[in-house]
Amino acid sequence: MRQISTERIIDAVKHAAMNGNFELGEDVVQAFHTAKKQEESPVAKDILDQLIENSILARETRVPMCQDTGLAVIFLELGQDLAIIGGDLQTAIEEGIRQGYKEGYLRKSVCHPFTRKNTGDNTPVITHIEVVPGDKLTIWVVPKGGGSENMSKLFMLPPAAGWVGVKENIIQTVISAGPNPCPPTIVGVGIGGNFERSALLAKKSLLRPLDIPNPDPELREMEKELLEAINKSGIGPQGLGGRITSLAVHILMMPCHIASLPLAVNIQCHASRHVKIVL
Amino acid sequence: MGNHPIHLETPLSDQDIEILKAGDRVTISGILYTARDAAHKRLIELLEAGKDLPIPVQGQVIYYVGPSPASPGRVIGAAGPTTSYRMDPYAIKLMQLGLKGMIGKGKRAPEVKEAMVKYKAVYMAAVGGAGALMAQAIKEARIVAYEDLGPEAIRQLRVENLPAIVVNDTLGNDLYIEGQQKYMIE
Ligand code: SF4
Repeated sequence: MRQISTERIIDAVKHAAMNGNFELGEDVVQAFHTAKKQEESPVAKDILDQLIENSILARETRVPMCQDTGLAVIFLELGQDLAIIGGDLQTAIEEGIRQGYKEGYLRKSVCHPFTRKNTGDNTPVITHIEVVPGDKLTIWVVPKGGGSENMSKLFMLPPAAGWVGVKENIIQTVISAGPNPCPPTIVGVGIGGNFERSALLAKKSLLRPLDIPNPDPELREMEKELLEAINKSGIGPQGLGGRITSLAVHILMMPCHIASLPLAVNIQCHASRHVKIVL
Repeated sequence: MGNHPIHLETPLSDQDIEILKAGDRVTISGILYTARDAAHKRLIELLEAGKDLPIPVQGQVIYYVGPSPASPGRVIGAAGPTTSYRMDPYAIKLMQLGLKGMIGKGKRAPEVKEAMVKYKAVYMAAVGGAGALMAQAIKEARIVAYEDLGPEAIRQLRVENLPAIVVNDTLGNDLYIEGQQKYMIE
């Protein structure tokens, strides 16, 4: 059986946390350039220029692209033929985040729900572990800011609402969020499953890079229809008016209970940090 | 809207403010003070107790920001704006004392917008999430009050050409409303 040490995991997570905050993915930067070509508002064009410039500066100066360096969300795919040695996986992940946020001078943004006392090291981490065939460990480090997470919503719709109802609720979520989630955003949508699964699907849909189309043609059509409708809102970059409110809509869908139609909308700001590592 | 941003040097006078219109792009140089909700709460408590404030307010501009920690050799970490509505309960009091500008992101309450007309002040948006870009414009930073609040302490910043966009002007215009209406497709 293939083995991997927790030391390697700690190191990989640490670097991913830092790099993720300093280096915006090429897919997102490319999307800013495309948006700029489509944008008509001069203020909006200026904002997109600032975002492009910000991504370059963050990369060069190793200053985080956004001061909200986020709650650390980690998706893991653990091959069932892989043995982890030298400690437990969860502790290793937390340690990686702890070290990355310290060494990278990233803001610690985790606190007690009521006293608001900061935990001091950006832990605990939100981890989602899935066991898969094979002997690899795939880790996605996706720090998520509060501004856009706060604008996310979950609906348990009556099945009769159908696609029309789903569409309406997604668009309404984006419109009522207005400038708060730092548009241009990426809208993650989870349809089906149950209460918690729809939320997980919505978040997971955001792991897909912006330059990779949805492999499912039906979902691809739905994404296109939604994006067009959202970008008619006029909200625009930063909510100051323009054509590009969202850069993309990503959907994941699965079957659900005969009595339900769960829908989750997870809004991702333009600081879409996602680092994938395969160990 | 012209092609060139309007340049502002702080502190600001009523005349500086009155020419600004919603949608204008500006660059700001001079001194700014940072404060988020925790610091605002303390400032207002001091006022209510009839005590002096640790910072001047007349003619000043407050930047709503909680920067990430500065790495060695840097004056500040990432320093993009935070969401402004959390400061709404405190902003009117400060405008009464002569505060001329606020920089943040997101919409303001109707009574705050009315106060901007009445007391002559503007609200400007900095690009949310452009933390590294804003840091580049900050040349000096020092904590002047409430060090115990960490990222929420009040800092005095010296900035050069910090970019922002006028959202609420002294005539009651609001770019969040007008901008969206302008580009909305029915
Ligand atoms: S919503 Fe995103 S870009 Fe905006 S401040 Fe939060 S983390 Fe930064």
